[in-house]
Amino acid sequence: MSFPDRPLTAMIDVAAGPPDCMAYERAGGWEAVRRALKNLTPAEVVDTVTRSKLRGRGGAGFGTGQKWSFVPKEPASERRKYLIANADEMEPGTFKDRLLLEGNPLQLVEGMILAAYAIQAGHGIIFLRGEYHLACKRLDQAIAEARHEGWLGENILGSGFSFDIHVHSSAGRYICGEETALLTALEGRRATPRSKPPFPQTGGLWGTPSVVNNVETLCNLPHIITNGPEWFLALGTGTDGGTKLYGVSGRVCRPGTWELPIGTSLREIIEDHAGGMLPGYGLRALLPGGASTAFLDVTALDVAMDYGSVEKAGSRLGTGMAIILDDRTCPVGMIHNLEHFFAQESCGWCTPCRDGLPWVERLLMAIEAGTGEEEDLEQLDRHARMLGTPGRTFCAHAPGAMAPLASGLKLFREDFAEHITQHGCPLQHAARSLERGRDDQHSY
Amino acid sequence: MTSIHIDGRTCPTRPDINLLQACLEAGASLPYFCWHPELGSVGACRQCAVRQFSGADDKTGRIVMACMTPVTDGTIVSIDDAEAREFREGVIEWMMVNHPHDCPVCEEGSECHLQDMTVMTGHNTRRYRFTKRTHRSQDLGPFVKHEMNRCIACYRCVRFYRDYAGGDDLAAFASHDNVYFGRAADGTLENAFSGNLVEICPTGVFTDKPFSGAYSRKWDMRGAPSVCVHCAVGCNTIVNARQETVRRVLNRYNGEVNRYVLCDRGRFGHGFVNAASRIRTPLRRINGQLVPVSTQDAMAQFSRMAARGPVVGIASSRASLESCFSLRVLVGADRFSTGQSRQEQDCAELGLSLLRTHPGLIPALHDMESADAVLVLGEDVSATAPRLGLSLRQSVRQASFRAADAAKVPRWMDAAVRTLGSECSSALFIATPAPTDLDSIAQETFHAAPDDIARLGFAIAHRIDPAAPAVSDLVESQAALADRIAMALVAAKKPLVVSGMQYGSPALMRAAAGIAAALATKTPVAALSLVFPDCNSMGLAMVGGLSLDAVLEKAEAGEIATLVILENDLSRHLDPAVLAKLTEAVPGIVIIDHTMTPLCETACLVLPAAPFTECSGTIVSQEGRAQRYFPVVFPSAPIQSGWRWVQALGQHIIVEDEAASAEIRATGLTDWRRMDDVTLALARDIPVLAAAVGAAPGADYRLEEQRPRNEPHRASGRTVIRSHISVRDQPPPASPDTPFSNSMEGAYGPDMPAALVPYFRTPAWNSVQSLSRFQQEIGGAMRGGDPGVRLFADLSSDQQDNRQPLYSYSLDIPAAFRPQSDKVLLLPEGRLFGSEELSLHSPPVAARSAAPALGLPAGDVPPGRVTLHLNGGVHDLPVQEIAGLPEGIALCPPHMVSRAFVFPCQASLSTADGKGKRT
Repeated sequence: MSFPDRPLTAMIDVAAGPPDCMAYERAGGWEAVRRALKNLTPAEVVDTVTRSKLRGRGGAGFGTGQKWSFVPKEPASERRKYLIANADEMEPGTFKDRLLLEGNPLQLVEGMILAAYAIQAGHGIIFLRGEYHLACKRLDQAIAEARHEGWLGENILGSGFSFDIHVHSSAGRYICGEETALLTALEGRRATPRSKPPFPQTGGLWGTPSVVNNVETLCNLPHIITNGPEWFLALGTGTDGGTKLYGVSGRVCRPGTWELPIGTSLREIIEDHAGGMLPGYGLRALLPGGASTAFLDVTALDVAMDYGSVEKAGSRLGTGMAIILDDRTCPVGMIHNLEHFFAQESCGWCTPCRDGLPWVERLLMAIEAGTGEEEDLEQLDRHARMLGTPGRTFCAHAPGAMAPLASGLKLFREDFAEHITQHGCPLQHAARSLERGRDDQHSY
Repeated sequence: MTSIHIDGRTCPTRPDINLLQACLEAGASLPYFCWHPELGSVGACRQCAVRQFSGADDKTGRIVMACMTPVTDGTIVSIDDAEAREFREGVIEWMMVNHPHDCPVCEEGSECHLQDMTVMTGHNTRRYRFTKRTHRSQDLGPFVKHEMNRCIACYRCVRFYRDYAGGDDLAAFASHDNVYFGRAADGTLENAFSGNLVEICPTGVFTDKPFSGAYSRKWDMRGAPSVCVHCAVGCNTIVNARQETVRRVLNRYNGEVNRYVLCDRGRFGHGFVNAASRIRTPLRRINGQLVPVSTQDAMAQFSRMAARGPVVGIASSRASLESCFSLRVLVGADRFSTGQSRQEQDCAELGLSLLRTHPGLIPALHDMESADAVLVLGEDVSATAPRLGLSLRQSVRQASFRAADAAKVPRWMDAAVRTLGSECSSALFIATPAPTDLDSIAQETFHAAPDDIARLGFAIAHRIDPAAPAVSDLVESQAALADRIAMALVAAKKPLVVSGMQYGSPALMRAAAGIAAALATKTPVAALSLVFPDCNSMGLAMVGGLSLDAVLEKAEAGEIATLVILENDLSRHLDPAVLAKLTEAVPGIVIIDHTMTPLCETACLVLPAAPFTECSGTIVSQEGRAQRYFPVVFPSAPIQSGWRWVQALGQHIIVEDEAASAEIRATGLTDWRRMDDVTLALARDIPVLAAAVGAAPGADYRLEEQRPRNEPHRASGRTVIRSHISVRDQPPPASPDTPFSNSMEGAYGPDMPAALVPYFRTPAWNSVQSLSRFQQEIGGAMRGGDPGVRLFADLSSDQQDNRQPLYSYSLDIPAAFRPQSDKVLLLPEGRLFGSEELSLHSPPVAARSAAPALGLPAGDVPPGRVTLHLNGGVHDLPVQEIAGLPEGIALCPPHMVSRAFVFPCQASLSTADGKGKRT
């Protein structure tokens, strides 16, 4: 028996498309479901996953086994429960789940069966980002196939456990990625986050016990059941177990996503896998795990990309998908772009987020456009302070939005000041002249 | 005893509330928006931030939202904390980013919660220097004005309208700072409680549209504690007036009854007092015409009429106890009629006796909200007693509260409780002929003829208590339904049965009372509520008197020379032919009323009475609660209270008729100087009404040795208003019938008797939210005690002992309804707007009253219009298909097609092509 070192992506061949049910089985698929449904009790599945120390891959990093442990233990036949795959991948700069959804949808199906069996949920829902049309098509196909082959439906493998999956294509909005807003949206209501308690595990979708897991988290499950928690733990380089899909976007030679042992250093990801910066561009700073993580500068390149290390460095692992700020792009412009996104995606429920983020956006727009004033920086600082602490806004959206702003105000203080004193963006002129230079080259 | 520490001060509190409520109850000024005592907490506005410390050693603490934090014993919080203050100020500043600051032209100004909270946080300088977001406002119909630019997005409106009141045509649209609260398109807000948005909205997004046409600042208006006269529920209101005209009606909290909410008929129906249909001077018929005459002339005329022979008095279920009683005193009990047809009177008397003999609880509205299984048996309460219907709507949440308790989620955590309860609701069963607004939240509905509903009811009672008679030949499906309903009611901790007089069916009421009595053998608090038709139907039933049928008999026997008809349009009670018989048989008719009715056409003499806004009076609601209204406007002579007119008539009988003189003098009628004298006489004469004296403090009441004031102390313009006549200060209007000063001088405070609160205001709290300061506990009883006095239905032990041990169940079970081939059973279709007499004179309510149509069972509807043949009358009507209406039944709005129609009755239909219907 072979123990893969890149379990999540082993079967993915972008050119060939996703494996069908037969190919999936030939490559070792369905082994975990067979084992779990025939040999393991739901409690044993939970225990195995807990021992693997698998943590949520959506960004928050909560222990998956622990999350499941709060679900009431009645069998699926006795109580309606839901397992929901959070496939609403809308974090700017993040495209890891897409790879898993498009590349090997059956792996997600198998992971969901395992998770559902563990928590004894009879109903599965994939909450899919609305724009993921190809993923939607492939998921529908994979689910139909799995259903046809008896992996989904009544009494799977004669175990008495029944489970099926419905794909819900989102109507849009970033906030749906927040697990409680996702539930509210599924109920057909405004996607507004909910207060806890009740936690989804006890009072989730339509008030019934529900678990929301990220796609990548779920895709790890078949491999943990098949190969054991010890194998999974050993895959990581630090305290966390398993592999992680890392990615880089920005002006690097090979933007993309790669499955690497969790805890791989930023330097290795950027230099070895992304091929380093494009010629002529220097690395200025980066957002290590998506738009809602704080900037790290070049001094942090040797930080291991695991949950604890990135936090110690002053940011968060987030989705593990880094966005690079190069030395020719204006940090104020970048932050304005980010805050535009966050302001637009505020659900409008709580005051500080709804009316504070647009103010931040307007300030940044003014500064970038050259109409910034001295006091604007005070206002930005004040917003970063007042919105940045969790608990002041209803959910984590505004604190997430403040992460790049607060860190950016520290790291790029001089850039901000220059914008105000020079009444405009110094780098924009440089960028324009570079564009002109390129145009000249092309047109010779 | 639970206590919390607020900025070092130890405050006793209670454990089942949130920190915001605890701080407010402790008298602290902590600003808030999205929280509302009746709607609970959702944590949207983030305005009530405080710093909470985990213990005495915790010096840092953390900022929490008080409304989302449960009170635990020993909680240490700081409202004064610098960072918490900064955050609260910041929240207001964010809200103000897009707020138009149009306070000078905003109708919420002077009673705006946003103004109060802004001042409270100290925010005063605008730092946002960019453009504001703007919205297009909508036309929301005749009741509510919309100005979306003022919105601070607290989400109260949609939470009230959708979650609380069950409406679906108001919603939150769009997102981020563009979030919009309105309808999908311009149009009338359809929910029966839309007017409450005016009070629920903390700023000027939703304002009172009729009020806008006669607008005044709150501080410039006189207020009067009042009671709604548009149905029998007895909601408490505040009537506001300026320059002796009524401007608007607001909710007045009564913890037991209407609490925070009024229906739109109650809020907007008051327009009849300002309408052109008001009678403002005595009118005498001269040469066939009613001509304005002096009071002296009118009285002289009455003296002549009275000299001709016996005077009979007809009272009204919409007149006060005092007016009705005075008439009874004038004419004597054996010549006093309640002004109801025999059928109406039989129903009212039956209702009263069923309630009196009910061995369980006679619930107030607030009790109904906590009923955990409800059966509505043959009454469309959403039309006949709308506020009661809203209480039933809340009752279905009981199951979700239990789910919340099990999940250790506090009941005030509104969104969470609704999530947990999204699939469990308490049992509500609706058995009515036609679908009702409550059907959508009912566990099961049953649509059948009243007799079949009564049969179902009797069957349910028998299943609960075998001592109740069984129903023979019940259809199998109905027997099974009766089983299910009986099981749900028996399983409940607080079961409730509601019925009423809408369909004029004694069987229905007996069946309902039987079920409630059967339940009471198992659950002592089993509750029975019966809906009465008018605001004082209950009081009148307790006074008692002849029916109109008996009056007609007397008239035809030539025993009536003069009829004195008090605030009663008999044309709503008697068929035209019967009414004609009556008026022809009586030589002289005197009408005392405030509003011209078709009956006035028959009168020799019409005397202008004061409506509820211009005099004091006591009325008894259907739950037996005597409540008093006070005048806000002081009409100049000759308009006066009904009882004063009656007294004047008495004085003129004396003048002319020496024989009658002694008799009348003996009654004391002519000695009454103020309304309290009448109420006292009433209490002496009719012992069951004795307690009505305590409905409110009398005119002698003094607060801190002063009269209570009923104008805010900032009221301005007292001399300016008359300055084109004279700049001399005029004395405020005086009335012997009220304790109020009728000016801004006098005493006022949160501890005053709740029956006398003329407006809500405390320092720093100018909006209706100041109500919290007037309550013992927020959402609990008023500090001065909830207004009104229950005349029966106390579950006190001695009363229970006195009750007869065995309830005598009615054995009168009707036969099953059989549709007839040539006739339809015509039933009244109760309407929120259109069925009630007085509110139809109010322009905004008239605007909401749809044209009458004939409701026929779906699938059985002839195309086009239908002719209804009813009691010799012929009515051409459009047809409305009603899904679920049983075969053989037609619905017709009462008083709109045939002004009086005694129901149930048989009618026939024909179509335009001349064919008889029902082929």
